[in-house]
Amino acid sequence: MAFYVVQFLTGLASAASLFLVASGLSIIFGVTRIVNFAHGAFYMIGAYIAFTLTERFSGAFGFWGGVVAAALAVALIGVLVEMVLLRRIYHAPELFQLLGTFGLTLIVEDLVVLIWGPDDLVGRRAPGFKGAVDFFGQNIPSYDLFLIVLGPVVLGILWLLFQRTRWGVLVRAATQDRDMVAALGVNQKWLFTSVFAVGVFLAALGGALQIPRDAVHHAMDLRIIVEVFVVVVIGGLGSIVGAFVAAVLVSELNAFGILIFPKISIILVFLVMAVVLIVRPWGLFGKPEAAARKTPGLSVNPWRPLTSNERLGSLAALVIAAMLPLFAGNYALTVGSEIAIFVIFAISLHFLMSVGGLASFGHAAYFGLGAYGVAFLAKMAGLPMIVCLLLGPLLGCMGAAVFGFFAVQLSGVYFAMLTLAFAQIVWSIAFQWVSVTGGDNGILGVWPASWAASPSHFYWLALGVAALVTIALRIAVFSPFGYALRATRDSVLRSEAVGINAKRIQWTAFVIAGTTAGIGGALFAYLKGSVFPDNLGISLSVDALVMVLLGGVETVSGGVVGAIVYKALNIWLVSQTDLSKLVLGGFIVLIVVVFPKGIVGMLEILAQRRRKSSPPGSSLLAKPIESAE
Amino acid sequence: MSVAPPLLAVEGLTKSYGGIHAVRGVSFSLRSGEILALIGPNGAGKSTCFDMLNGQNQPDTGRVCLLGEETTGKKPRDIWRMGVGRTFQITATFATMTVRENVQVALISHGKQLYNLWGSAPNVDCAEAGRLLELVGMGGYADRPCGELAYGDLKRLELAIALANQPKLLLMDEPTAGMAPRERVELMRLTAQIAKEKSIGVLFTEHDMDVVFEHADRIIVLNRGTLIAEGSPAEVRGNPQVQAIYLGEGLLYEGGHHEGASA
Ligand SMILES: Nc1ncnc2c1ncn2[C@@H]1O[C@H](COP(=O)(O)OP(=O)(O)OP(=O)(O)O)[C@@H](O)[C@H]1O
Ligand SMILES: [Mg+2]
Repeated sequence: MAFYVVQFLTGLASAASLFLVASGLSIIFGVTRIVNFAHGAFYMIGAYIAFTLTERFSGAFGFWGGVVAAALAVALIGVLVEMVLLRRIYHAPELFQLLGTFGLTLIVEDLVVLIWGPDDLVGRRAPGFKGAVDFFGQNIPSYDLFLIVLGPVVLGILWLLFQRTRWGVLVRAATQDRDMVAALGVNQKWLFTSVFAVGVFLAALGGALQIPRDAVHHAMDLRIIVEVFVVVVIGGLGSIVGAFVAAVLVSELNAFGILIFPKISIILVFLVMAVVLIVRPWGLFGKPEAAARKTPGLSVNPWRPLTSNERLGSLAALVIAAMLPLFAGNYALTVGSEIAIFVIFAISLHFLMSVGGLASFGHAAYFGLGAYGVAFLAKMAGLPMIVCLLLGPLLGCMGAAVFGFFAVQLSGVYFAMLTLAFAQIVWSIAFQWVSVTGGDNGILGVWPASWAASPSHFYWLALGVAALVTIALRIAVFSPFGYALRATRDSVLRSEAVGINAKRIQWTAFVIAGTTAGIGGALFAYLKGSVFPDNLGISLSVDALVMVLLGGVETVSGGVVGAIVYKALNIWLVSQTDLSKLVLGGFIVLIVVVFPKGIVGMLEILAQRRRKSSPPGSSLLAKPIESAE
Repeated sequence: MSVAPPLLAVEGLTKSYGGIHAVRGVSFSLRSGEILALIGPNGAGKSTCFDMLNGQNQPDTGRVCLLGEETTGKKPRDIWRMGVGRTFQITATFATMTVRENVQVALISHGKQLYNLWGSAPNVDCAEAGRLLELVGMGGYADRPCGELAYGDLKRLELAIALANQPKLLLMDEPTAGMAPRERVELMRLTAQIAKEKSIGVLFTEHDMDVVFEHADRIIVLNRGTLIAEGSPAEVRGNPQVQAIYLGEGLLYEGGHHEGASA
């Protein structure tokens, strides 16, 4: 019995930090409507700076002063970030905001390693809370008791802040009514900045307070942000009480999940989240959002199929690509195969995002499932390569069918978060179910059959499949189904009013995208000869998002171009510098801020300008209507 | 010998939001080919009625029958398939698609081609879409992105979309809002002509009384959720209660019309 009480108290203590970070995210979202992916990064910097300060200054004052000073310093960084970056993207589609702040996260990850090194840092114990309290023979660290008290205290302070100060009244008003914010005029800027500062302060404080409990390391940002997403989604974005309740719920689920289901402890939390989202899509304490903002929808360029000239051009590009083995070496061919595979992966997400308006943040799940599907079939059933390639993607298809069914019940940020959570579930299974998946060690020895073994043969295989998939998806975009999918993206109301079952159309698109990603994953398993949990991890999902955005989310061929450019750049960068995340993150921020239409989108604008400056006679009769290529 | 059921029969529709009785006990019917105007001041409950007729919203009590078949509880998409087209007070169209594509989507849906992944959509029902657009006077705009249209043109496009499934019943919520007076008359004349030709029943709301009196066969008047008058344009025009409302004295009728108060 005592053991369970202690376990419960440990859960409560973990809830404190989680609540701090989650409430910060929630407050920021409530006012600015930005889902701040970088919140985990601020949490991490808070921990690192607190580590440095508490090492440098001794004594109780050194410790507690260091913790608070660290949080304040990070809040200042937050203000800078808000003024320089966020102010430029408040009006961008929410997808761009998530990505911009994700880029920031990547930058921070490299900076932290640059400054503090790659090793885990173990911080000081808190003065006054070094011991443990005996509870019927079980030890409870007294620092845990401090945290247990701290959680409700912070909740109380925030409550007072929102109920009793003018600033709090403004924040609440802005959270409830968006138009109110606009009516604030000049004050709005500073309200946003101050809200962001407070949110970041809370995140950094949460990080700083963790140092006596946990080692500080450079991957703590991603771990916390996924948990925080889960908390705010369960509690309801924008609700602080919701964040508190959900933080406790999630922490207790973690604490007891380990005891009850040691193998699938991580999954438990995500299952609860999925259930909450389906029963109450806006969270336990949240309010239903007004219709979600459209995800792409920046432009009104109509889409049209390629003209015959453009088709010839594409064919010529394909023929040139197919001649690569005539003059390139094995390394270049392997890189070429990888790029071709990522083209498949990127266009599968592009189809879902651009045509369907559904920005999945966990698309790698289906890529990875395809890869594992192949590995299972090849290693366990010993099937020949061609059969594995055909059947392996079906695992991606099945995953997409199950998860997609739930995900399409939601839209916008909630869709993004649910897909992310599902991807994490799949990742956890791959990671924890060691007897089947090999866990972290993966499944090795998935080698291609002899007919595809040479780099040039494999390259031709990958290129051929990529070309086929590209053509098939293009046909789908301009098929009646493609029109219906675009219709559901533009207006669910109108779609339903003309007999379209919007959710079923979106679900179908999700399955198509998942299966296609699975095809990419299947080839990837053979290219690498092995499968790892990383093949369905968050960073791969984000790679896909970046490829789509880089190419241009509002275009038809953006996925192809984005994948080629991004993957080539990425491979080259990793070979050139140790700071690839820094460069990549900077690159993402740059796309989001100055280049939101992507490469193909920019080309279209240039082509448009050229046409506009052509002889005036033609444009006098009718305003030419531009098309997206 | 049984009488054929009316195109639309509405019985005792009621809907409240918290304490607000948006619609209470509304009953009326509509014959094929008939043009029925539903009028009433702002907030009278007209749009709420429309929403309950096409399944966008479910009534608390009451029922709606289309040609004798109950539609209450059905989804908008199923009611559409039964032959009910609708335009919205705040237009809902597919903003990033062209005007023609907007109509094509409705035609594709009507032709049950929604899950066709292989056909070439730009060519599907292209001529039919063009014909519908010509019909509502939007032929010249077919290749424009719908997001660029003026409000009045969007209303016309919505009419073309609503006609795509050869409806038996058209529900038009303020079809002429945002148009110039001459355009309004033209659009309603066109609607009336189509309705008579194809024997479509039309229920519409409108704030411009000239348009209403000129084109409606019959008028029903809604005030604070309750039907207070019904009859030919001449009858409604002469009704003192209606006159009172439109003179801005609607407040007199707190609690419905049963008290029979008049100005
Ligand atoms: N979703 C809702 N929640 C709460 N109240 C609502 C809702 N929808 C409508 N109402 C209320 O119901 C009443 C009727 O609204 P409705 O939109 O049907 O009026 P209307 O006759 O169409 O007005 P208008 O001429 O302005 O379009 C109004 O008082 C409105 O505030
Ligand atoms: Mg209305």
